[in-house]
Amino acid sequence: MREQLQVDRIRCDGHGLCAELLPEVIALDDWGYPIVKAGTIAPTLLEHARKAVDACPVLALKLAHLAEP
Amino acid sequence: MDRLLSGPPLTAGAESYGAHQQRFGLLPAAAARSLIGRLEASNLAGRGGAGFPVGRKWRAVAERANRKGVVLANGAEGEPLSLKDRTIMAARPHLVIDGAVLAADAVGADDIIFYVGAEHQAAEAAMRYALTERSADLRGRARLIQAPRGYVAGEESAAVHFVNAGDARPTITPPRPFERGVGGRPTLVQNVESLAAAALVARGDDAGTSLATLSGAVRRTGVMEIGLDATLAEVAASGGGLVRPVQAVLLGGYFGGWVDINDVWALPLAPGSLRARGHAFGCGVLYFLAEETCGVEATARIIGYLASQSARQCGPCLFGLGAIDAAGRRLAARSAQPDDLKRIARWSGQLAGRGACKHPDGATGLLRSALGVFADDYAAHQRGFCVHRAPAVGRPVAMAQAVA
Repeated sequence: MREQLQVDRIRCDGHGLCAELLPEVIALDDWGYPIVKAGTIAPTLLEHARKAVDACPVLALKLAHLAEP
Repeated sequence: MDRLLSGPPLTAGAESYGAHQQRFGLLPAAAARSLIGRLEASNLAGRGGAGFPVGRKWRAVAERANRKGVVLANGAEGEPLSLKDRTIMAARPHLVIDGAVLAADAVGADDIIFYVGAEHQAAEAAMRYALTERSADLRGRARLIQAPRGYVAGEESAAVHFVNAGDARPTITPPRPFERGVGGRPTLVQNVESLAAAALVARGDDAGTSLATLSGAVRRTGVMEIGLDATLAEVAASGGGLVRPVQAVLLGGYFGGWVDINDVWALPLAPGSLRARGHAFGCGVLYFLAEETCGVEATARIIGYLASQSARQCGPCLFGLGAIDAAGRRLAARSAQPDDLKRIARWSGQLAGRGACKHPDGATGLLRSALGVFADDYAAHQRGFCVHRAPAVGRPVAMAQAVA
């Protein structure tokens, strides 16, 4: 299963917890909003990605399952 | 060969149903069945701005609609330099209605919505009257809804959101309107000119022309129908020629881009020809920027407008465009902070894909084109001077203090 992080841009308020928990994939712009690295999440980072999803205070972050290619 | 604006002169107002039928004959209702395939074969690209293939869009709705789809004819036209949608609705309302009826039959829709910008009064009046001229059956399936003012109100998810909930702000996609739109039903959101062009294809035409709106340093400004194989030079000539030397063209509107006049002058405006060079015809806006006018300032005005038109829902769009606008104004005023140019260049690459809709993508695309075409001017403005004599529009401005 390949998984990808998706941000609901309307919900996201720029709390920035996701970037703290998953700096390998998520950076913040000058205003504190996430910039997500393109592509799927490496298996070694999946656990951290799930934590970042759970930590988002406005439920704006989710892991989407992509169908096998 | 019939064209979008063939027939009586535009100044004659809306063409009546009788006159329309005399030119075109009855609506070829049976054509709807094979129309999607013919639209695909015609390569008709949407005329609202994004240029999405019309046939493919119709097929996506047809596969899901199950006779319960919706057609939303998009005549919001919030693009400041575009006049062509209000023009075709005001002058050829029955061609637009024909296209919408054919679309409804082809995709399987029982609800037709004409979404017309509230400020386009002549267009709205023409469309309303034209609907009264049509059959009771059609009137029962069709309604006209005023689109609120604003650049974003014509974005397709915003249009659907407005019809559903009275809120013309974009929504998160997916689902896209073709999956779940008006009333939760598969919805074809199609620009009114695209629908009119589809009505010509249904009658055997090739959709080889497009409407364009000319403005800036050209003799005759306004709406013109152009052959898509025409070059920009030919289009300018049919607009009476240029009134002064031109340095660049804004191609495709505020979500389009600046192009150096020398790179585009001899180029056919067909979508494929432009796309191959990284440009887009968009909604057909052609703005000619005079040599003496400052591109940094013209761009700052456009970005300022687009920043003001953010739906203010998504942080990267609200804050990012706001910051780009502020830095762009400082640059235009030749009072830049030390890193303004570097910062807008960096921000211009960070916002695309980070909004619910494509508003930040469109605005930063325009900005990136400006940073390329007017690179020398931006560098000069960062250092506090400008080599151009005239302000972008209207207001007087002191001559440049110094020249490199």
